[in-house]
Amino acid sequence: MQKVIESSNISKAFGSTKALNDITFSVDESEIFGFIGPDGAGKTTLFRIIATLLLPDNGEMKVLGSDCFAGFKELRKNIGYMPGRFSLYQDLTVEENLNFYATVFGTTVKENYDLISDIYSHIEPFKKRLAGKLSGGMKQKLALSCALIHKPKLLILDEPTTGVDAVSRSEFWAMLARLRQHDITIIVSTPYMDEAMRCDRVALVQNGSILTVAPPQKICNGFSRKLFMIKSSEKYKLIIALRKYPGTVTAYPFGDSVHVTFSDDSIDESLFRFLSKEGLSKVTAVETEAGIEDRFLELMEKDVTV
Amino acid sequence: MNNPVITVRNLVKKFGSFVANDNLNFEVYAGEIFGFLGANGAGKTTTIRILSGLSSPTSGEVIVAGINASKKPEEIKKQIGYMSQKFSLYEDLTVKENIMLYGGIYGMSKSLIKERTERLLEKLNFHEYGNRLIADLPLGLRQKLAFSIAVFHEPKIVFLDEPTGGVDPITRRQFWEMIYETASRGITVFVTTHYMDEAEYCDRISIMSEAKIVALDTPENLKKLYNAATVEDVFIKIARPN
Repeated sequence: MQKVIESSNISKAFGSTKALNDITFSVDESEIFGFIGPDGAGKTTLFRIIATLLLPDNGEMKVLGSDCFAGFKELRKNIGYMPGRFSLYQDLTVEENLNFYATVFGTTVKENYDLISDIYSHIEPFKKRLAGKLSGGMKQKLALSCALIHKPKLLILDEPTTGVDAVSRSEFWAMLARLRQHDITIIVSTPYMDEAMRCDRVALVQNGSILTVAPPQKICNGFSRKLFMIKSSEKYKLIIALRKYPGTVTAYPFGDSVHVTFSDDSIDESLFRFLSKEGLSKVTAVETEAGIEDRFLELMEKDVTV
Repeated sequence: MNNPVITVRNLVKKFGSFVANDNLNFEVYAGEIFGFLGANGAGKTTTIRILSGLSSPTSGEVIVAGINASKKPEEIKKQIGYMSQKFSLYEDLTVKENIMLYGGIYGMSKSLIKERTERLLEKLNFHEYGNRLIADLPLGLRQKLAFSIAVFHEPKIVFLDEPTGGVDPITRRQFWEMIYETASRGITVFVTTHYMDEAEYCDRISIMSEAKIVALDTPENLKKLYNAATVEDVFIKIARPN
């Protein structure tokens, strides 16, 4: 099976800022491949190189078997790209935008309508509305429709869910999963760690480097210690107290609890006595499975100390 | 219970015939971390603009830091801080220059600005960055600095509009610890976010949907009420009618 993307030792710098550092990875057909990492990690730069919009300083990038530089004209017909910020025409209607993109790629809305109908049906009632007047979630759906209208083999989505509410995010990922039936390969970047679980494989990126590439569950399983979830009625006090406790290695707030690792990988009475002395009540502690974010934090710590 | 620092009674805001805020009622207390959630387009920004004195109610009563928002919106601005993801600091000024600028805008004396600048740089461990341009700071540090500047004048309330968008997970948590610490000093934090785990850090949260408030309680109580494991589940159940 041909690799859809083959990246070898890609580097890119902007002035003195190293945006990408020796990036090597590959993406298989029909995969949903996620790039998870914070702002400034290099995700957008990498996606622009893959989309043939930017040249790397070093390394080789092959998409659908062609070199991104030499084969860019043909590649652009087979790629659908949804950039980080809304980039459609705000002063055209929903319908006009879709028609425009179809025409630019030499096709019609009718020809590939079945591919986008699932997504477009949500906004079709608003087809006469100006794109600029749509809500965040609707803009996303329109942008996705426009990126798919020419039935690309590779779909590149740069932070499609940033700034969008949780309901729309959930819907969006459900739509992506359904696209797989059409043999479309999808690469997607996101700062939301929980979205990693929806990908087939994930690359964790930080400061221009890839920390690891693996199926999301495997990444979680790579967590090196036992993880404990500790709760109390006073969240802030709990974090401070846990950090003071001599046996604590790491303590991070996670919603309504604190995720903690201990040097001896266990909890005993001494912890509860300590917390009680610090004035905390109703403390509960259970062992829990590490999620992607726990592993990311662990890898980030190592990255920092190295 | 604490005295409220924000009181909203029967707030209505219309733009022409479009009702953006439909009879809102709620209170926020001193030192509370209050999460203001809702789907895009629900009406949150409209409410925040009214609470920060940037817009007037169509009807209803809004009192912020003891000031009537309909009668003296300008006065409110002196009592509050504000930070948003989209804009907070001047990129072509240095860290110290931004602090001085905002201190001046808040009406602080030169000596007070100097004293607090030292403290701020100390707290953030920013001594080497004092003369660095904001444009040269990574996003995480910018956000932490922007927040510190938003509370530089020790306002009664600080409004944070999606303050941690896109920031790395470690910085995001450090940022929230700064929020906790600020609230423990008695400053009320009014925050909007799309990160549902951050909603769990709040003392109470409200969820807006289509111009109305459809839920307001502690995260714990809302999860019990809607039989949900996380605030995200609560949100998905009620933030959009299906």
